[in-house]
Amino acid sequence: MTLAAIKLGKKNRKNIFLNKVKKLLPEGGNLNACLTCGACASGCPATGLGDMDPRKFLRMAALGMDEEIIKSDWPWMCTMCQRCVYVCPMQIDIPQLIFNARTLRPRDERPKGIRDSCDMALRNESTSAMGTSPQDFEFVVQDVLEEYQEAQPEFADMQAPIDKKGAQFFLNQNSREPVTEPDEMVPLWKILHLAGVDWTYGSRGWAGENYCMFLADNDSWETVTSQTVGQANKLKSKTFLNTE
Amino acid sequence: MVKSVVGEENFIDMQPNRSNNYCCGGGGGFLQSGFKEQRLEYGKMKDSQIKDTGADYCIAGCHNCHAQIHELSEHYGGNYPVVHLWTLICLSLGILGPNEREYLGDDLKEVNVFHPETAF
Ligand code: SF4
Ligand code: SF4
Repeated sequence: MTLAAIKLGKKNRKNIFLNKVKKLLPEGGNLNACLTCGACASGCPATGLGDMDPRKFLRMAALGMDEEIIKSDWPWMCTMCQRCVYVCPMQIDIPQLIFNARTLRPRDERPKGIRDSCDMALRNESTSAMGTSPQDFEFVVQDVLEEYQEAQPEFADMQAPIDKKGAQFFLNQNSREPVTEPDEMVPLWKILHLAGVDWTYGSRGWAGENYCMFLADNDSWETVTSQTVGQANKLKSKTFLNTE
Repeated sequence: MVKSVVGEENFIDMQPNRSNNYCCGGGGGFLQSGFKEQRLEYGKMKDSQIKDTGADYCIAGCHNCHAQIHELSEHYGGNYPVVHLWTLICLSLGILGPNEREYLGDDLKEVNVFHPETAF
């Protein structure tokens, strides 16, 4: 942190960004309570990336340096791991502040990879960041299941249900397995089978990842989450199991 | 759970652990953000933590973590295998087939294979 980096010259800044976030959070996220002790920064793995750290970021917001915050790529390098909240003596919700900083840029100026993954999820009802259709998912699951029922006769009765009504657990699935390494789905099926668990995938909203959330595209995030929760509710599953 | 699978004496926790542990750097969308160099830099702490345990394997809890730690293992030369918990559970139960071993290291690839004749 250099003195030159922080300019206090502009008198009429109203801390617009910080105030906006404070309104969103319970207790204002305690964002006004910082003691500048540095506990957050000293244990944050993102400290130093892009010449930034969580304490500095919070100070910049407190000083109304909104323009500098918009320019910084650092909000995309914080993983929102929450470690800083755990160690902060004032329980300041820095990750929420940073998440909201992601919304400051127009959607098409946010990182392309994250945006593309979100757009893929919006393409069909799977909500898969890889764009896999419900039909393709059902085909792969069925195909792999039959292969294993045959190859490993001890598991001839194993099931990998899709849209099973009233199943106790609704399980989602990261897209990477059905798409690129389908055999990796099987060990979990086996464990559920041996444990006698009553579970199901959904044909809709089966994909576990949610890049719209990471993109801070809140409307799309809600669309994706509603899709998967809606499917679980439609099937009357009692418990939603998020494998992500 | 891990202890019951690998044996109490084979489980080595990272330090610091629990809420003081460090994120691997795969979360929050970092994997898809395009900031690869920064992501690997972020993960350096996690890689050192893993190496410091001296453990042969690292178990990852989710996909993002698995992808990131796997990359850290290669990038920083530790070359420790990174596995999903379900793989070790099935291995310990003797029901892990030959095609479900993608992430096991060479030391365990051939151990207790379920239906080895179905390898492809
Ligand atoms: S740990 Fe909390 S109080 Fe200390 S500098 Fe960070 S935000 Fe401020
Ligand atoms: S939530 Fe972000 S700022 Fe806080 S410790 Fe994690 S990476 Fe650092």
